[in-house]
This record gives sequence, structure tokens and C-alpha cells, in this order.
Amino acid sequence: MTKNLKSILMKLAPLVALFVLGIVLAIMLPGKFVRMSNFMNILKQASINCLIASGMLVVLITAGIDLSVGSNTVLGACLIGVLVQNFGIRSPIVLMVSAILICTFMGFINGTLLTRLDLPHPFVSTLGMKNVLLGLALLITDSTPVGFMNKGVDSTLFLGSKTINDFPISFIMVIVIFSIFHVFLTRSALGRQIYCVGGNAEAARLSGIKSKNVLTFVYSLSGFMCGLAAIILVGRVTTANATAGTTYDTDAIAACIIGGASFTGGKGTIWGTLLGAILIATIRNGLNLLGTKNDVQYIVIGAVIILAVTIDVIRNKMEAKARRLAAK
Amino acid sequence: MGQYVVELKNITKRFPGVVALKDMSLAIKPGEIHGLVGENGAGKSTLIKVLTGVNIPEEGEIYVDGRKQNIRTPVDSRGMGIACVYQELNIVSLLSVTDNIFIGRSIKKKNGLLDYKRMDEEAKEALESLGHGEIDVHTQCGKLGIGLQQMVEIAKAVAVKAKLIIMDEPTSSLGEGEVKQLVKTVRRLKDSGIAILFVSHKLEELFELCDRVTVIRDGRHIVTEDIENMDNDKLIEAMVGRTLENLFPKEFGKKGNEGLRVEHLVSEGVLRDVSFTAYRGEILGFAGLVGAGRTETMRAIFGADPLDGGKVFIEGEEVQMKNPTEAIAKKIAFLTEDRKGQGLVLSQSVKTNLIMSSMKKLKKNMLLDFKKIEEVSEANIKQLRIKTPTGNEVAAQLSGGNQQKVVIGKWLNSNSEIFIFDEPTRGIDVGAKIEVYNVMNELVKQGKCVIMISSELPEVLAMSDRVIVMREGRITGEIERDTEFFNQESIMKAAWGGKLV
Repeated sequence: MTKNLKSILMKLAPLVALFVLGIVLAIMLPGKFVRMSNFMNILKQASINCLIASGMLVVLITAGIDLSVGSNTVLGACLIGVLVQNFGIRSPIVLMVSAILICTFMGFINGTLLTRLDLPHPFVSTLGMKNVLLGLALLITDSTPVGFMNKGVDSTLFLGSKTINDFPISFIMVIVIFSIFHVFLTRSALGRQIYCVGGNAEAARLSGIKSKNVLTFVYSLSGFMCGLAAIILVGRVTTANATAGTTYDTDAIAACIIGGASFTGGKGTIWGTLLGAILIATIRNGLNLLGTKNDVQYIVIGAVIILAVTIDVIRNKMEAKARRLAAK
Repeated sequence: MGQYVVELKNITKRFPGVVALKDMSLAIKPGEIHGLVGENGAGKSTLIKVLTGVNIPEEGEIYVDGRKQNIRTPVDSRGMGIACVYQELNIVSLLSVTDNIFIGRSIKKKNGLLDYKRMDEEAKEALESLGHGEIDVHTQCGKLGIGLQQMVEIAKAVAVKAKLIIMDEPTSSLGEGEVKQLVKTVRRLKDSGIAILFVSHKLEELFELCDRVTVIRDGRHIVTEDIENMDNDKLIEAMVGRTLENLFPKEFGKKGNEGLRVEHLVSEGVLRDVSFTAYRGEILGFAGLVGAGRTETMRAIFGADPLDGGKVFIEGEEVQMKNPTEAIAKKIAFLTEDRKGQGLVLSQSVKTNLIMSSMKKLKKNMLLDFKKIEEVSEANIKQLRIKTPTGNEVAAQLSGGNQQKVVIGKWLNSNSEIFIFDEPTRGIDVGAKIEVYNVMNELVKQGKCVIMISSELPEVLAMSDRVIVMREGRITGEIERDTEFFNQESIMKAAWGGKLV
């Protein structure tokens, strides 16, 4: 009974944190924070991180990490910019598909480096790729941001910019995609196999699961989500800037960890990640409204990540203890 | 001062599901070489871990030099003059000999820097006392041969002025010449008054080296005797003797066609020309010492490790299996010996673990068919009597025996025809063991082909229709159940083989 209560509380922790944070911000920012337009703004801000974090979650479930998501996303955005500016391409289909293809391909390279070259940890391959991709993004844009205003590409930008009754289309997209992820992770064979590989790759292999293929897929999926995020990004800020992605890696990891994922793999849900991403967007939104600058945001988000991981560690210890007690 | 350097009295140590040591006593005199022998899983490792402070016993007393002591950590143990040379050496290969000997207790000068002059001297002294003054203390340990690395490990023990040095299977990874060296060194240590607890599988070694020998079985003390009063037969009898009838409910199937045949399997340094045939409707037992190449043979057949040569036939047809996925498609099931490391995903539910090898068959449209999964896992839980609150419990919460049943369930669900069980009853309690045997009986009666690797001789003899013995990557014996050689002595002979120097 008490054990169940505890585990439910643990699961609801991010929701409770979000609620408490909301109350605190409402008191500190009377009339500014609690406004429909502001809430919609938070959801808009959360969308990009949500998409990236969903890919990151799947990677984390396999006990891996993808540090290249930020660079990959800006690379996708910059590719769209270059195609518009230098090649005069206007077709939204071509622009979107090219961004998704390039990002997915970079994710595939991440997975291939990890599984076929037997690099010791995805930290190595994705940290390397993070720099490679950022370099590519700077290279193709000649280190100059590309603007999209009045270039006749509004139909590409609408996903990231338009709203329906003030509700951002980008967040509707997030809800749809997260629902698909939920079904994928919980009800598909590949989804369950991802958890198995994350929990014990060798046992999974000896049970007939092709662990390497599963891992390659997972990193490709992370890249794919970066491609989608890139499309939202160009719509939201209407520029493609190679240096815009600096906070994306940490924000995505933080969202997953806050939402219950663990660096040791095998854990995490998509809805937890959604809460985590909204929590982070709320923190950033609150700090913005309070008039703080980037510097403070970095410090706060850093502290939140460490706190979330600490909670994860405590959670693991508690579970291990419960296990030992149950064994007796 | 007491009569003994170290004395264990009535030690009991339990792990979830098993009693590893039960009322175990052991007394070691100063300056004696005391042999400790027992089957795999008899409790030798746990006994060593109790002495070195890795495991803390629930009951019993430990006396060092006649004084009652609590050994709660490895540091306690070392402080009392107990040192251990493990089978897997604790050598940092990139560090020098001196660094290794003084690892964790380096000598410092007044200014806080390391006093290498003194450490080098003491390291040299320790090595000289072992008769190995020729080892340069500045050499990187990784550059020494395995035998000399072991000497460094022993020097480590000598350098802390150990009164008792435990040696766990010290000759298992040594060549003949190195064994000779070790024997000399051990005698030297004895002459200098250090007691040795010599744990070994190799009976010849015990007869050559030891003054007294203790036999442990099922975690209990069976006998301690001067070695002169023992012989091979007496030792083996003490190691294995127990009533077998009730423990092993053997049932017979009808021997059918050839199920699995392998020819000339070779894997460099591991398998040397392994050929055998397993038939449907029989349990083919694989006996031998740990490391004899039995697991490696099966892993290679299953596609888990690459082969350097050889052919595999299923139902008489040659097949290629490059990975476990292909082997499972060919209807082979492989229950690994390392349940937690290779069999289960501990963080996942019992249900997920049960369907891990058969997800493809449990799909409806694109998605998993949860209704069917529920049915299958419920049927498994009922049939195998898996004790778990629900199928959604994570596997880590189950006891060893029940975890093993989950792994068995996983393979039953894969609809395999050839079942390879690697140490299927290791570390599980008697009740669960009998249920595992019954599963094997059932499979054989259904005409499936069962291969069982087991290091417990009574189990091999009771359950197998035929036994293959392996030693050092080769098959050294094949014994049919209804021949006069179907006994422990013959298997032991084939498994132990070679003589000590």
C-alpha cells in the first residue's frame, strides 16, 4: 500500500513540480504569468524541445545518449535556408523532406559509428558528430543566418508559426507524434525490443533480438525527430541560424530525465518526457518574464538537470533496496 | 596465541533462495598448506569471501590467532593478516610491479610525495622471499607472463605480512612450468611460517602440496583429514556422496532421429575439434570442469560467438547460423549459464521477458497482440509455477529459481526443437531444481532434443541418457547410460585428466 503510494508519487513528481512552479510563478508575476496567451507561448516554446526530446528518450532507453541533436536540428534548418536562398526552391514538400532526410541520415551515421565501429560509448560518436554537424551548418550557410521573411515560403513556415484559435499548430503536431510514440514504445514489438536492448543488450541478443540493428534504428529515429524539429524551428524564428542550437542538447536530456528516464537505460515514458519539456519551457518562460538574461537561465537549467539526475539516482537506490527487502 | 591462525566456527551465510554456507567450520594451523576442495557451487567461493570480508556471515564466529574477530570489510581482513590471490588476478597491467604491490597502501615521504626508494626496496624484498628476485620492480606488470603476475600478486600478500594467504584455483590458468614455479614458491612460504589455504579442483595438486585437506559440500563441512590418510576415492566420495533418488526425478523418452550434429568445431584457443551428435528424445549431458569449453561449444553452435571452422547439421542438413536470431529461427533454444547477465532483462517485466524470443509470433496487424501475450504469459506462470504477484512485476524482484523459470518459459514459447540448457540449476533451491528437471523430462517425452551442461556430477549422471566429457576444448569421453563406465569415477578421470608436474 505505502509502496504503491510512493511509486505513484514518484511517477507524478514532474507534474507536482510543474504545479508548484506554476503557483510560485503566478505569485511572483501577478497578471503576467497566468494568461492564456502566455500559456500558449509556453507550449509554442516547448514544441521544438518536445520533438527533439522524444528522439532523445528512445536513445536514453537504450542506455545511450545523443549529444548531436542540437547541431543536427540547426543543420536541418540551415539546409532549408540554403535551399531557399541559393537554389530558389519554394516547394514545401521538397524543403521539408530534404531536412528530414539529412537529419535522419546523420542519426543513422551516429548509430553506425556506435554499432559497426564498436566505439566504446555513444558519448564518443555523438560528441564527435555534434561538432561535425555544427561545422557543416556553418559551412553551408557561410556562417551567416538566412532569413525567410518575404521569400514565398510561408507554406513551409506554417507548422512552426501558425495557430488555430491561438493554439499553436506545432503543439498539436507534438501531441499527435507523442501519441504515435506512446503506441510505438508500448505496443509494438520493436518498441519493446528497444527497452530490452536498453535493459540488457547481451540478453536481448541471445534472445534473438538484433541489438545492433535496434540501436542503429534508435539513433536514426533521433535524427528524424531533429528533422521535424528543424521544420518547426524555421517557422518559429523565421531564420536559419547555425548557432541557434546551443541549448537543445541539454534541454532535451533534461526533459527526458525529469520525465523519468534514466541514464542507465530501460526506463522512461513519452508522457513523462512531455511533462519534462513543458516544465523546462515554463522555467525559461518564467525567467524571461522576470527579466533575467540568458546567464541566469543557463545556471538554473544546469541546476535542474543535476537535481533531476540526483532524484533518479535516489529513485534507483530506493528500488534496489525494495528489491533486496523483497528477496528476503 | 591459539592453536590456529584462523578458525571459522559454525558459519552460516544465506543468499536469496540458497544457503551458501551452513554451519561451516574450518581451522587452519600456522605454517600449514591446507587444501580446500569441493564441487562447483559447493560454497568454496563464499567461504573465501567470508574470510576476505566481502561477504558477512549471518551466523558463526571467526577467530584470528585465537581471538574472536569481526571481519566486515576487505580492509579488516587485510589488517588481520589475511590475503587472497584470486583466480582472476587483481593486477593493474599498466602500472609497475612496485605500484601493484603497494596499490592502496603506498608509502609516502614527509613532503607527501611517494617514497619510491623504500617501496622499490620492500617490493624487491618480497619478491626475493618468493625466490623471484629476478623480476625487475620497475617493469610494467602487463609485460610479465601470467605466472609472474601471479608472483607479484603473492608478493603483495607477503608485503603486508600476511599470516594466511588464500589461493583460489591458482593453477587454473598456468602452464606446466609455471605450476612448477608456483609449487616451489608455496613451499617456501610454508617454510617461512605462512599458512596457505589452497583451493583447487585438481586432486593431484592437493596430494602433492597439502598437509591437510577439507572437503566442503552443499555449504557444509564434510571432513578435514591429514592428506596421508586420504586417497583419490575417499576424496571424491566425500565431495559428491549424497542420496540421489529423490532429488532427480529422471524419466525416459524414446530415442529418435538425430537432432543436432556438429563436426570438427574449431575456435582458436578455445575449441579443438569438437564433434558430437544429439538425438531427439534424449538428454545429452555435458560434463567437465568449468572452462573446459562446454559453454563455448554451445555458444558457437548458437551463433553467439564466431567459429574458426567446423560444420553444424540440424536433422541431418547442414546449416549456417551467424547469429542467435538465425539459430532461433532454426528452432534452437539456448538457456545461458549466466541468468542475470545473459538470460534476463532484469529491469523489464516478467511478461516482456517471457515473450522476448517470440515477439514475431505475437503480433496482430502491426502491433503486439496483448491479449495473446497475456494468455501466453499466464499459461507460462501457471505451468512453470512461477511465483510472482503478476506478469507485470519486474524480473529483478523474483528469486533465483523463479527467474530461471522465466528464462525457461521464454524458450518454451519459442517453439524450439533443440534445447540447450547451460547449468540450468545453478544457484537455485532444491524445489526449483526438481521443477527444472521435470521440464526437461517433459521435453524429452515430446521427442525434443535436450542438451544439458552441468558441472554437478550427480545431476549429470541422474538426468542424462548419455554423457559427453570435455577437457581443455576437446571431447575426452562419451559414456552411454547403460554401460559400466556410467559413473563418477570415469567422468572424473576424463574431466580431470593430466597430472601435476
